[in-house]
Amino acid sequence: MATQFVIDGLKATIEGKEILKGINLEMKGGEVHAIMGPNGTGKSTLASALMGHPKYEVTDGKVTLDGEDVLEMEVDERARAGLFLAMQYPSEIAGVTNSDFLRSAINARRGEGNEISLIKFIRQMEGKMKELEMNQEFAHRYLNEGFSGGEKKRNEILQMMLLDPKIVVLDEIDSGLDIDALRIVANGVNAMRSEERGFLIITHYQRLLNYITPDYVHVMMQGRIVKSGGPELAQRLEAEGYDWIKEELGIEDETVGQDE
Amino acid sequence: MSTEMIVPVDRETVAALSRSKNEPAWLAELRVQALEKAAELNLPIVEKTKIDRWNLQAYGTPTSVNAVTAWNEVPAFIREVFEDEAADLNNVVVQHNSGAVYSQLQEDLKQQGVIFTDLETAVREHEALVKEYLFQAVAYDEHRIAAIHAALWNGGVFLYVPKNVEVSVPLQALFGHDNASATFAPHVLIVADSNSRVNYVDNFISAEMSEASVINGVVEVFVKSGAQVNYASIHHMGAQAADISYRRAHVENDGRIEWVVGEMHNGNAVSETTSILKGNGSTSDAKIICVGNGEQKLNITTKAVHFGKSSDSQMITRAVMREQASSIINGITKIEKGATKANGEQTERVLMLSPKARGDANPILLIDEDDVTAGHAASAGQVNQEQVFYMMSRGIKREDAEKLIIRGFLDPVVTELPNEELQTLLRRYIERKLGQ
Repeated sequence: MATQFVIDGLKATIEGKEILKGINLEMKGGEVHAIMGPNGTGKSTLASALMGHPKYEVTDGKVTLDGEDVLEMEVDERARAGLFLAMQYPSEIAGVTNSDFLRSAINARRGEGNEISLIKFIRQMEGKMKELEMNQEFAHRYLNEGFSGGEKKRNEILQMMLLDPKIVVLDEIDSGLDIDALRIVANGVNAMRSEERGFLIITHYQRLLNYITPDYVHVMMQGRIVKSGGPELAQRLEAEGYDWIKEELGIEDETVGQDE
Repeated sequence: MSTEMIVPVDRETVAALSRSKNEPAWLAELRVQALEKAAELNLPIVEKTKIDRWNLQAYGTPTSVNAVTAWNEVPAFIREVFEDEAADLNNVVVQHNSGAVYSQLQEDLKQQGVIFTDLETAVREHEALVKEYLFQAVAYDEHRIAAIHAALWNGGVFLYVPKNVEVSVPLQALFGHDNASATFAPHVLIVADSNSRVNYVDNFISAEMSEASVINGVVEVFVKSGAQVNYASIHHMGAQAADISYRRAHVENDGRIEWVVGEMHNGNAVSETTSILKGNGSTSDAKIICVGNGEQKLNITTKAVHFGKSSDSQMITRAVMREQASSIINGITKIEKGATKANGEQTERVLMLSPKARGDANPILLIDEDDVTAGHAASAGQVNQEQVFYMMSRGIKREDAEKLIIRGFLDPVVTELPNEELQTLLRRYIERKLGQ
């Protein structure tokens, strides 16, 4: 069965302030959706709310992955059901090596009694690290500690590759990347494109989409998707910016929850 | 108030102790003198901890021990420290209750003039050397507990490394206590002569005992110019034992002391680890981890005192407190006038795992010289929920995520221990104390 991911009327608040005001989006396996929009329009909140970050409270709406209610699940259950979020600011965790972390994550997915053998794990990890042009020493370093911005992003992609999720949300994966790193990260994503997997790419630059061609492009403003289209929409945004959309829709301030 | 009420030991006991060990007159006198002094002295000042309310009377009495000639005759609860069959047993000193019972040192080290034996034996066989250093770092009349220690000390270790000798294998001492009515007060004396190098590790262990006891240990380390001493210590004793440990190193020009301390004790503890950086270019590095559970009260102090120019001290303390345990974590960097270009950095971090656990981190900088650099960082808090979220977002269960984070919090210190066996041992204690 092809993967089906449905966001239906999702509303979320942070500290009582509504940031998501009803998001509707349907994705199937094999599709790449891009969510674009200026800063402060709720894009990253959408990513965090989908994953279940405790800071955000979902107040309305429904999210299903292959018919299963995602919002009812704990964060770890969402991950095991096949949801993956590559974060904009991944945590640094001293004392936990990257490889220990990765192996724990893989094993959590596989379940007790079905743990991956050490040899197989190392072979997989080293193979993927090579693809991402990561130095093998990163396996033994503490998780994200002292990693540069680009190294952290590659490490997120490494995790995605090893965890083999059904729905991948990339939150500003391109921010802070130089052009080489961007190419490597994009290659990693492209290598993972398949009929079983859907991608939701959140970005406010079009340049990532030169490397990863989306099937659909959505524009977010004021906590809603205000416009959707094909890849040509991203091209136009690159050329003309967002003002024409604001004009078209009569929006003066595109941001949401920024009143303080 | 009579002496006996303050100091739960009488003069005759101390004199008899000296006689039973055939001690030279100066040492016998020192013990009695210390006992008399103990009655006049106050308890040490221990920041924010009311040790006067602790049961510090249960010193027991000196009890004779049976020396053994083979490792497998060492009491099982001590041998069990090394679960691993491959453990190096060639360089080990064992104390059981009030005295030394076993001692081994490999031949080539003996040939090079290394002395590694219990302190009682060293007093007899290397009297002049011991006399020169004993109680020179921790004075017998510093406070009441030091004085009682000087009166009652037993077993212990004497380690001497001659000039230019490098000992690569760790030398190991095991201090075991399984009789609460037997005095247990090991004294460790280490002298590393110029440009020598040595790794020393000790383990304090006890059987679980229902009666109260006091463990009163002192460590003195003398690091001569250009020498380096790596000192690791793991304490893991019963809940009824109060563990008072004073460790102090004197470091001369370009000398270096590295401390790694695992405070895995189950009872109340006062632990002070001090580096006195006397020499120019002398350096110290202290890493201490501690896990508190039950109703433990812990007072953990690391201290560096800079006299030497361009001296450098690094101190890291990490404590995990669960259940009702409470801890006071002090870091003291003292830079004396004249210690120009000195640098001292310290970090204290406490992780609290339950609402009733308590942890105070107190960084203290006392600086009397202008031309220095110093820094500190301290924090006390709960497991970082952002980190937990990150791990859970990869499918790891909350409980496992927290476990990984807590272990990770302590691991940078665990990996400082000089070999796999000790790291495994410390990890085992950590798991036990974390209730996992």
